[in-house]
Amino acid sequence: MSDLADLYQQVILDHNRRPRNRGKLPTANRVAHGDNPSCGDQCSVYLRLDGDRIGDISFDGSGCAISQASASLMTVQLKGKTAAEAEKLYQQFHDIVTTGKEPEEISDIGAFAGVHAFPARIKCATLGWHAALNALKGDPVPATTETHKD
Amino acid sequence: MPTWPNVRADFPVLHQQVNGKPLVYLDNGATSQKPRSVIDALVHYYERDNSNVHRGLHTLSMRATDGYEGARTRVARFINAADPAEIIFTRGTTEGINVVARSWGHAHLKPGDIVLATGMEHHSNLVPWQQAARASGATFKFVPVLGADAEGGLDLAALDQLLTPQVKVFAFTHISNTLGTINPAAEFCRRARAVGAVTVIDAAQSVGHGPLDVQALGCDFLAFSGHKMCGPTGIGVLYGRRALLDKLAPDETGGGMVVSVTYEAATWKPAPERFEAGTPNVADAIALGAACDYLDALGRDQIAAHDALLAQYAMEQLSVLPGIRIIGPRVGAPRSGLVSFAFEGVHAHDIVTFADEDGVALRGGHHCNQPLMRHLGLTSTTRASFYLYNTEQEIDVLVASMRRILKFFGTA
Repeated sequence: MSDLADLYQQVILDHNRRPRNRGKLPTANRVAHGDNPSCGDQCSVYLRLDGDRIGDISFDGSGCAISQASASLMTVQLKGKTAAEAEKLYQQFHDIVTTGKEPEEISDIGAFAGVHAFPARIKCATLGWHAALNALKGDPVPATTETHKD
Repeated sequence: MPTWPNVRADFPVLHQQVNGKPLVYLDNGATSQKPRSVIDALVHYYERDNSNVHRGLHTLSMRATDGYEGARTRVARFINAADPAEIIFTRGTTEGINVVARSWGHAHLKPGDIVLATGMEHHSNLVPWQQAARASGATFKFVPVLGADAEGGLDLAALDQLLTPQVKVFAFTHISNTLGTINPAAEFCRRARAVGAVTVIDAAQSVGHGPLDVQALGCDFLAFSGHKMCGPTGIGVLYGRRALLDKLAPDETGGGMVVSVTYEAATWKPAPERFEAGTPNVADAIALGAACDYLDALGRDQIAAHDALLAQYAMEQLSVLPGIRIIGPRVGAPRSGLVSFAFEGVHAHDIVTFADEDGVALRGGHHCNQPLMRHLGLTSTTRASFYLYNTEQEIDVLVASMRRILKFFGTA
């Protein structure tokens, strides 16, 4: 149970139950969609870019607690960041979910460290982030964090 | 339970712990486990008989050929085909259906024709037909599924409307991998034949789970996989009526399937070789024959009865869980050995992760059934699928695991 308790931390359960910044963003000028077809996890990310800065951000979608909580927490983390800062934050997040190493600075994204013990769930945790990065790049191709077939 | 003594002892993989708990393997709809006799058949072949078939004149090649052709005869008997030549070895159900959709579809479908399937098809019996219809200009239609939870099965009144003389092929699943619905396959074949349509049955979920007689069903083609019926992965069967196979062009060409070849042209062997270009999967075909032996020795009526009892027990035990939505046939109605369900507020992948912690192997997702999921208004379900070695006690472990998950997520 300890690994599972690490995976489903309170922060994650909270974001899953009460997602932040959920729904379409009427003022968005960028949107990207993420899709993990074998899970059925879906996540659309809406951005309003003010120059190089994320003025506002929201997500919409359906999927497991990990994917939805990750997207929710991500919107909180990315609001107000520049594209370069967002990219850097994603790298930190990716390191956390793949190695299990907590970040040096105290951050809610550390709650996702437990994901590393469940390699099959890394793609759930990173789906929203990939969609967000694609939205920042203006990449219209739907993001996916899985490569295998169902 | 109408069970047989020590059947679990035949399956080495079942005797292990997963996350510190005894393995409860309930993902048989995805693939079944293998009895010792099937594993032994593979080992024996590779240790004693391994050789190429049909071409060699040496002892090992003759043994391998006898084993391979013996497996074909064994499979023919398993599904009561009139002639072993009606058994084409494939990689699995998907390849079998693709061969029919491409070869038969290419030769027979034209604009104005209708390709008919059902609303509960696995992608493997949907996408090949969708593509064949697109390539030929034919129209693709579906027999609708009845009920918000698909509890009513296929709409038989609609089937009557849809089965017109324009329908050239009717492709349907024998047992739904997502719903557990058992379709009246013989009746479907009879109705399709009345309008002159060719029938193609996806038997992936049915062939290892009860008696199956292609002549009694009256189908033209039927495809299945070895690995869901105690056989190895990578081997499957396409059954085709001899009269149809003899007129069918090959899908793949190359060695082993030709009579004579010049630089300009080639002529084909008859079925089944015509459809088995290249070196076949000899070892796995032989092991599939061993799987047929294993299932027949247990008794396929008894396997079906065992599956049905487990499914009803699971339905009774699961249906009392708070907030559960079970899809497919209702409690008490006929259903195959699987139960698919969803809980409001807890995603299937979280359920599967938690169940794994309890040693329970389940499937979560859309089960290669995306259009059906849309009909149900779901993106995924959790599926527990049973087989001959599962027990009521294992279903109790499943239910206890579900209760723990609901408590954790605060929905119960």
